[in-house]
Amino acid sequence: MDFGYIFPAIIIFIFAFIVYTYNRLVGLRNMADTAYANIDTLLQKRFDLVPNLVETVKGYMRHEQELLDKITKARTDWLKASTLSENAGADNLAAGALKSLFAVAENYPDLKANQNFLMLQEELVGIENKIAYARQRYNRTVMVLNMVIQRVPTNLIANLFKFKNREFFEVESDRVRSLPQVELGGGKEK
Amino acid sequence: MDPIISSITSNKRRTLIFFFLYAVLFAAIGYLGGIYMGEPILGFVIAAIIFCILFLVSYFGGRNVVASMANAREVTKQQEPFLYNTVEGLSIAAGKPMPKVYIIESEVPNAFAAGRNPENAIIAVTRGLLNRMNRQELEGVIAHEMAHIANYDVLLATVAVVLAGAIVYASVIMRRMALFGGFGRGGGSRRSGQSQIIGIIFLIIVAIIAPLFAQLLRFAISRQREYLADATAADFTGYPEGLASALEKITAMQVAKSPLDNQALNGLYIVNPALGATTLNRAAAMFSTHPPAAERIKRLRAM
Repeated sequence: MDFGYIFPAIIIFIFAFIVYTYNRLVGLRNMADTAYANIDTLLQKRFDLVPNLVETVKGYMRHEQELLDKITKARTDWLKASTLSENAGADNLAAGALKSLFAVAENYPDLKANQNFLMLQEELVGIENKIAYARQRYNRTVMVLNMVIQRVPTNLIANLFKFKNREFFEVESDRVRSLPQVELGGGKEK
Repeated sequence: MDPIISSITSNKRRTLIFFFLYAVLFAAIGYLGGIYMGEPILGFVIAAIIFCILFLVSYFGGRNVVASMANAREVTKQQEPFLYNTVEGLSIAAGKPMPKVYIIESEVPNAFAAGRNPENAIIAVTRGLLNRMNRQELEGVIAHEMAHIANYDVLLATVAVVLAGAIVYASVIMRRMALFGGFGRGGGSRRSGQSQIIGIIFLIIVAIIAPLFAQLLRFAISRQREYLADATAADFTGYPEGLASALEKITAMQVAKSPLDNQALNGLYIVNPALGATTLNRAAAMFSTHPPAAERIKRLRAM
């Protein structure tokens, strides 16, 4: 065995490792960006439906003005939001308020008979579930990305190319698990 | 992530082996049929052409063939908002493109996925599934199908259905032709003892081809794949109980003489439609493509 080959072999190995890790980081970063854009699109869809919902509900719910204000406020917050945590805050506010609104709607038989309301409800509950899944996707991607950035030895390469840790899309803890289980579908459930 | 990626690689390899086995069998049938007719090379060439056509059909159109075999029709978001929203949610959870959504008008609850890759996949559910599951259960079922798509299980399953279906069908026709003397009529005068022996060999091979392919089909969609898809589904929804309770309901609701029962398609469904059939069939189904539902439910509840 010629030991003269060992040195170039090590160099090649290190180079291959750098290329592999760099590509992996870029891939994860793009995945996180896509997942975040996904959440954003869904939030957009939800808040686009909010004025319509408030308009529909207003005539029926005389005693829930506070709740409606909260939903409208969440929309305004979201329109102004620029950072991830502001977005997450508006999302949490809206999710909580919408959930209460649909729960309260049970007390208004006239509203429950409104075709437009039922359609909006199915649409919003669907979007709510999708947001939950999109958030999960984003948080998982970020977790892997942050792990690669922080762990030895990949952290050396991440630092070299200035990859930054990402923030998680936080949710109020009690809502995470309960949300997908809300039974609000447009009469589909048994 | 890593176990899933390695299972994707092993699935792609198994698909290649599958294609190879099919090619060999087509060649063998063509060659023997050719000898029987006195033109071995012609038989071989015909078999090769048929194989190429079937390959292309099953790769590019497999999902359509499967959908029409199952009497499924595509639905839009306006027609089925509840189903569509659920599928869309889980495609987001899986990070895959939105598959096409199909409905089978049958009261027996069941579901399957097909397609060559996540970009060209379909998910089909029966009307009965939609009517009898609540939101969490439907999410569990759709998540299981989404997992099959994400793991590339659908490629193998779809190709297997089309190729095996074609060969079973062809062997039935050939057997009939051979039995009633449709073959070799032109070469009747040249028929010697040797060609009669070849004829008998040909018959035996054709007669065992059909069950052999049914067997291959069963091995192709292995039990491990189902457990993996169940686990991935639980991971997507974060709520294994939804799928567990759905499996329990679906298994209990399979009926005898099910309209979904189709030898070629049974392996594709989330629960084998033959489960509701006679005890003998049920035993056969239990020990083939899918692990017993009870075991799957037990594993899901232990998560």
